[in-house]
Amino acid sequence: MTTTQRPVAEGLFTWPPAAAPLRLIGSECRVCGLVSFPAAATCVRCASDESKERLLADRGTLWTYTTQNFRPPSPPYDGPEAFEPYAVGYIELPGELLIEARLTEPDPDKLRIGQTMLLTLVPYTVRDDGTEIVTFAFAPVEESTHAEQEAS
Amino acid sequence: MTEAVIIGVGLHPFGRFPGKPALDMGADAVRLALTDAGVNWPQIQGGYIGSYEVANPDAIVGRLGLTGVPLRGVFNGCATAGTAVALAARAIETGEHDLTIAIGLDKHPRGAFAADPSVAGIPSWYGQTGLFLTTHFFGMKINRYMHEHGISHETLARVASKNFRNAARNEKAWRRTPLSPEEILASPVLNYPLRQFMYCGPNEGAAAIVMCRADQAHKYTGKPVRVRSTALRSRRLGAFEVQSPSFPVGEPVDSPSVDASRAAYESAGIGPEDVDVAQLQDTDAGSEIIHMAENGLCKDGEQERLITEGATEIGGRLPVNTDGGLLGNGEPIGASGLRQIHEIVLQLRGAAGARQIPGTPRVGYTHLYGAPGASAVTILST
Repeated sequence: MTTTQRPVAEGLFTWPPAAAPLRLIGSECRVCGLVSFPAAATCVRCASDESKERLLADRGTLWTYTTQNFRPPSPPYDGPEAFEPYAVGYIELPGELLIEARLTEPDPDKLRIGQTMLLTLVPYTVRDDGTEIVTFAFAPVEESTHAEQEAS
Repeated sequence: MTEAVIIGVGLHPFGRFPGKPALDMGADAVRLALTDAGVNWPQIQGGYIGSYEVANPDAIVGRLGLTGVPLRGVFNGCATAGTAVALAARAIETGEHDLTIAIGLDKHPRGAFAADPSVAGIPSWYGQTGLFLTTHFFGMKINRYMHEHGISHETLARVASKNFRNAARNEKAWRRTPLSPEEILASPVLNYPLRQFMYCGPNEGAAAIVMCRADQAHKYTGKPVRVRSTALRSRRLGAFEVQSPSFPVGEPVDSPSVDASRAAYESAGIGPEDVDVAQLQDTDAGSEIIHMAENGLCKDGEQERLITEGATEIGGRLPVNTDGGLLGNGEPIGASGLRQIHEIVLQLRGAAGARQIPGTPRVGYTHLYGAPGASAVTILST
């Protein structure tokens, strides 16, 4: 069975996934260089309205995190009725910005401030017609794999 | 410039009052404040009123008397009441009025706040995917703070336990059942590391404060409380604030609580070392801990020892949230900061009954913090 997937919003991340490496779509102020996410038409630092698209780094470190153990009020939340706890965190993309995202690992004991995180997509809900709605998330990078990469 | 003093305070209990409109709770609070001040409604020359749920809180004049008084609605998230107090005081300081009132009232439905992210200037996907929750921010901020400054889970529980214990001594508080730190640590995690009994809940209530010119206070009371300073600040770029899909990297930027606190101390000519009793925004137990440092009352990381030693208890060196705070009282947004001031006024008058702090307190401090990153501080003294 093939499942149709659709992003939760246009212009949030590169889509479709097969076309290019997955990246979040931010913006950069042409005057002062401030990086924003989601992409912003005006700069909150220098008030310029000249910005350009900037694909953000797909890897960063976990700055802080929490868990969501109860179903958020709907609306605005449109996840499935059968609620599965998830985690949320800020990932520091070096030299760019700190970004809030869902995390793929819901267990706080398996999360650690400072650990390496990699951008991914998660189907966070399913519409009545079977369409999976996809949003961005960050996944912990296996420490051993990471160590091997660093060593190689 | 003349000085504003508080001559009357009124508080409708915080809790749930089925069938009672917010405007009626507000009118009750106003009548209590007027009686406390010894003035009649027609004497009030102007005022400011705040609410989240009531679209036209100034309609309260229909329950108090249609005197033509200018009553201006204000709203500033959780800093609403701080704003109403600041403006009512300012009207006296600038000579516009001799006798003013600040009023706050609210009636929230049960459960966490739900709203369309667009009202906060945030895109829809942020709410759809389950990121638009203020509780996330509080969980993430204290988690980072605990990591950096060595605060334990037990200390979170001690703060909540203290506030419920203080609320048990307050007949107008909502959560009046004492809970031990162990019971609090056994409650379910809502947003790690914060548990059910470490969070305040939105609820219902109202409060009002009557002020006059300092040089006329003798006509009304022998114990006026001076409004030494008020300060309001919004978030600066780079600060880690509630409901932020992202924020810039770089050197840490102070929260608006730090900015408002510094401005208020400077304007009052009073330092943190002079504060005898404080009311800090305790949306959750972690917030109270962080706000102790953000308001200059201790250094980052000192809280672990201070709280373990009991410094923030009613009998301690720096009592915090003596009436139970938000944890014990809940949060009707429009009224919350006026409840804080009500408590400080009682403490400075020596009229706080079972929860009166010992000695002769001279200086009281109140602080609010809320979305989307706004803080209000008021410093009061005898």
